[in-house]
Amino acid sequence: MRKTIYQYVYSHNDEILNEWIELIRKEADERAIQTMSDRMFVKTCAEFVELVISNFSESVEAFHDRAIEFSEKIVRLGWPLTMMTDGLRLFGQIVEEGMKKEGNIDHNSYVDFASEINNWIFPMYKTITQAYTTSWERTVSLQKIALQELTAPFIPIFDKISVMPLIGTIDTERAKQIMENLLEGVVSHRAEVVLIDITGVPVVDTMVAHHIIQAAEAVRLVGAKCTIVGIRPEIAQTIVNLGINLEDVTTTSTLKKGVEQALTLTSRKIVEVQE
Amino acid sequence: MMDSSVKIINEWDIVAARQLGRNVAKELGFGTVDQARITTAISELARNIYLYAGQGEITIEKIENEAKKGIIIISRDAGPGISDLRKVMEDGFSTSGGLGAGLPGVKRLMDEFSIESDPRKGTLIQSVKWLR
Ligand SMILES: Nc1ncnc2c1ncn2[C@@H]1O[C@H](COP(=O)(O)OP(=O)(O)O)[C@@H](O)[C@H]1O
Ligand SMILES: [Mg+2]
Repeated sequence: MRKTIYQYVYSHNDEILNEWIELIRKEADERAIQTMSDRMFVKTCAEFVELVISNFSESVEAFHDRAIEFSEKIVRLGWPLTMMTDGLRLFGQIVEEGMKKEGNIDHNSYVDFASEINNWIFPMYKTITQAYTTSWERTVSLQKIALQELTAPFIPIFDKISVMPLIGTIDTERAKQIMENLLEGVVSHRAEVVLIDITGVPVVDTMVAHHIIQAAEAVRLVGAKCTIVGIRPEIAQTIVNLGINLEDVTTTSTLKKGVEQALTLTSRKIVEVQE
Repeated sequence: MMDSSVKIINEWDIVAARQLGRNVAKELGFGTVDQARITTAISELARNIYLYAGQGEITIEKIENEAKKGIIIISRDAGPGISDLRKVMEDGFSTSGGLGAGLPGVKRLMDEFSIESDPRKGTLIQSVKWLR
């Protein structure tokens, strides 16, 4: 039976592919299709069908490697996992219908066919799901690292003055990282004033405020001054509503004002040069 | 209503709840300051679930009566509950070394606030902001 299936699939390759593309277009998540060009979509579909067919002829290891390679690509393209699992189901369906039509399966051989096709498709489900999840996990962990690198750069802008712009949501892990970078930066750059810019922080709740207060306190302990800049008007309002006391923390509305203040604090000023 | 609840299990769910709240608030036509108030209130409630109850749910819905429209935030968990409700509404009370400004803060950020808690059932907090 396996041989019959293989022969059918092999000799009807193109028909199967066309039918498969048509069905998947109908059934699949629209998001996945919209994100890519038609040519790319058809090409990727062909690759998937090729992968499924290769399962007949290749060794388990070779198929596994191929599945991983393909899954990585799919994850990068943003195709959902259901596209793969639906794809396999549809593939089985198409082969079944086709073989019935050609008289390859009848009443007597159906059980045989069903068990054979299950034996063929189920291990593929497992391999493909595994490969997909692995690629996905890898992507997520890479993004996490990328995010961490972006977390809290410590930027010396003048002698003794540094800026740390914070962008994005602050969770516990990031708060820790910010604190570390801040103290490390103050010490290694011999900063006397640090401006923490929170323009890019979307929500300042009591936890974020608490971390900011603690950071300012820690900077003070290592002998420098800390100013929070970039407090947007709506953030200022919510901080007041929350009843958070920022009196012990120096704040300015803009980075520009913060820099001017920092220059004064370090007994300097910017002058225009007359030519 | 679809997608009006967010399960809170980890810290990223707090971000998801805030995002949902911001979208609904925007749709209703709340201004920037009120949007910030609403998302901050959600952040406080969601984080309390995460910190003190382990898990729970934040539900955001549009509400309407004869006179006005608004947004309601419902925070529900089956955690340990709060034994002294008066105390947690005082500024500065925290059992976790936090600022203790979360719950009293939410009350001030929003227009209406109610809290029910039972050590056997958990905590239910409902809070409304009306559109002016
Ligand atoms: N959902 C909850 N379940 C149990 N206890 C809670 C819950 N929310 C708040 N609490 C208790 O109320 C206290 C005050 O909360 P809050 O005002 O948010 O301040 P903070 O979170 O900074 O401690 C918390 O320390 C905690 O003991
Ligand atoms: Mg709190």
